[in-house]
Amino acid sequence: MIAPRKILTDEMVAKIEALAPRYPNRRALTLPALHVVNAELRHVPLEAVAEIAALLGLAPAEVQDTLSFYQFFHQARPHGKVRAFVCRSVSCALRGGDELLARLCRDHGIEPYGTTPDGELTIEPAECLGACDFAPCILANDDLLKNMTPEAAAAELRKPRARAT
Amino acid sequence: MATNETVLLEAVGVPDGHLLRSYESRGGYAPLVRVLAEKQPAEVVEMVKASGLRGRGGAGFPTGLKWTFLPKDHPGPIYLCINADESEPGTFNNRILMEDDPHQVIEGIILSSFATRASTAYLYLRYEYPRAWHRLQGAIDEAYAAGYLGKNIRGSGFSLDIQLHRGAAAYICGEETGLIESLEGKRAWPRIKPPFPAIEGLFRKPTVVNNIETMACVAQIFRRGVEWFRSIGVPADPANPRDPGSYGPKLYCLSGHVERPGCYEAPLGITARELIDRHGGGVWKGRRAKAVIPGGISMGLLTEAELDTPLDFAGPGKVGCLGLGTAAVVVIDETVSIVDFLHNSCRFFAHESCGQCTPCREGTAWSLRMLERIRAGKGRLKDIELLAEIGSTMGMMPGSTICGLADGAAWPIKNAVAKFRGEFEDYIKRTNPGGWMVTDPVPALPIVAAH
Ligand SMILES: Cc1cc2nc3c(=O)[nH]c(=O)nc-3n(C[C@H](O)[C@H](O)[C@H](O)COP(=O)(O)O)c2cc1C
Ligand code: SF4
Ligand code: FES
Repeated sequence: MIAPRKILTDEMVAKIEALAPRYPNRRALTLPALHVVNAELRHVPLEAVAEIAALLGLAPAEVQDTLSFYQFFHQARPHGKVRAFVCRSVSCALRGGDELLARLCRDHGIEPYGTTPDGELTIEPAECLGACDFAPCILANDDLLKNMTPEAAAAELRKPRARAT
Repeated sequence: MATNETVLLEAVGVPDGHLLRSYESRGGYAPLVRVLAEKQPAEVVEMVKASGLRGRGGAGFPTGLKWTFLPKDHPGPIYLCINADESEPGTFNNRILMEDDPHQVIEGIILSSFATRASTAYLYLRYEYPRAWHRLQGAIDEAYAAGYLGKNIRGSGFSLDIQLHRGAAAYICGEETGLIESLEGKRAWPRIKPPFPAIEGLFRKPTVVNNIETMACVAQIFRRGVEWFRSIGVPADPANPRDPGSYGPKLYCLSGHVERPGCYEAPLGITARELIDRHGGGVWKGRRAKAVIPGGISMGLLTEAELDTPLDFAGPGKVGCLGLGTAAVVVIDETVSIVDFLHNSCRFFAHESCGQCTPCREGTAWSLRMLERIRAGKGRLKDIELLAEIGSTMGMMPGSTICGLADGAAWPIKNAVAKFRGEFEDYIKRTNPGGWMVTDPVPALPIVAAH
């Protein structure tokens, strides 16, 4: 008997199944499935891992192994409604990326990778965002914030931001 | 030698340049239709071989030659993986191609799939490129609607699907076998080679992995001709039978301390100095360059005196760098401490090592710890030797690791220590006047900034 799903909605399952014909086996759906859940819940709790595993015919440990490798999927609690990746790789660092990250964390009273108590904003250090022509830059949900000063970034990160993907 | 005409970047700045009708108006897809009607896959492979095209993803392997490693008469499926994980610090040319001219990339993918008899092309896109994702998906939908993708393309009997697959923010997914493992749903642990992907790759089937810019070059070779491509760049060195030459246009990414950062198209072989002065408007604020990364952080450092090095596939190696890499040029001005630069480099690689090989996992972690300690005023001259030792013992080059990430971590260390040794000595003596001569083991500091 398959236990009833608690986290994965019918809609999420439909989205995952719609991708199945793209791959010759179901294990390849692991990352897409994690993205489907993460896009909705802003994290992938352990129960969701077990449910994805059941859906794909894998051991929960296989899905958890993949999830934990990427450090991208929060698990214990959701990330903020806005997730801001602040680049700290070389081209951004040369133009103040580290200072930008430190300043934004201090102003919001959180550590890097932390979320504000109201759940609005998570600030994470990122490696090169592939936008070094706009250094220092931040990826806030789907929006690339270019040539950021701490002041401009503070104003930008207060804006609500949808995630289209 | 060719000109400053932009070809790969021809759609940049064109209104709606990313749409199908704009691409067709520039001559796009007509070459594909001709090839499908008139040529056999083997002829397409021969043309790409004859063009001298070498992969733009970092290793510079001749593209046509790579395709010939696929088994003959394989029952299939054969897969093409397009590497759009672009995460080498300093590099953003794939992003610009995907956002501004996705059809150029797609036409190259279809031609390359036809040549390799691939029935599915998976495009592995790094997660941090949401705009590229939308542009590509839109362009793929247009290409299906126009009959350039799908079953029996333009009545040729050739069928192809392109599937977009998004990564999850890990540099190692750009290594071709890490990419394959990741696509299969697993942790992105690079595989030991051989077997090479051409024999046993994605889903254990023959697979070719190629970069986005390589695909754009393929499209242009079939639009403008093999001779056009070979007329640009640096011909093979007749004195070196192993040199395949550096042909074609290249997208150079220029960033860091320049007046005008950006992606510039130039013939392979432009020097770093020309690129910085002519395209980048010079070093910013009227300063001098202290060091320049020639092709992404993994390639090491050029000194100011080495800036006349041509940025072709052979150039950077002649001055002790790892190679041309991604041709991402990052300028570091005279005010920056090389100690700070190397700390940034070591932090990147310590974060991105997949942890599978001991020399890489430990070497990247310890080099970061040592740089943290040096920057905390607790460095010793002996640390310079230890760093040099790490730099010369981890990597595929000494044969101690599975993939090239470790070489990429080693080269900045090697070059920084060899080319800027005096600066390390001064820094250590100045910041640790009482302890720089100590040679006993010292305790490590807790890492503040690694994760
Ligand atoms: C650590 C590491 C990271 C890499 N990252 C990328 C990348 O992001 N994009 C890319 O095209 N190639 C990358 N490569 C090179 C690929 O392994 C492979 O050589 C390339 O995708 C082949 O395509 P090409 O022949 O068209 O250049 C990386 C290699 C290593 C060792
Ligand atoms: S060299 Fe480093 S990144 Fe590459 S497989 Fe080994 S541990 Fe992983
Ligand atoms: S270094 Fe920040 S975007 Fe590349």
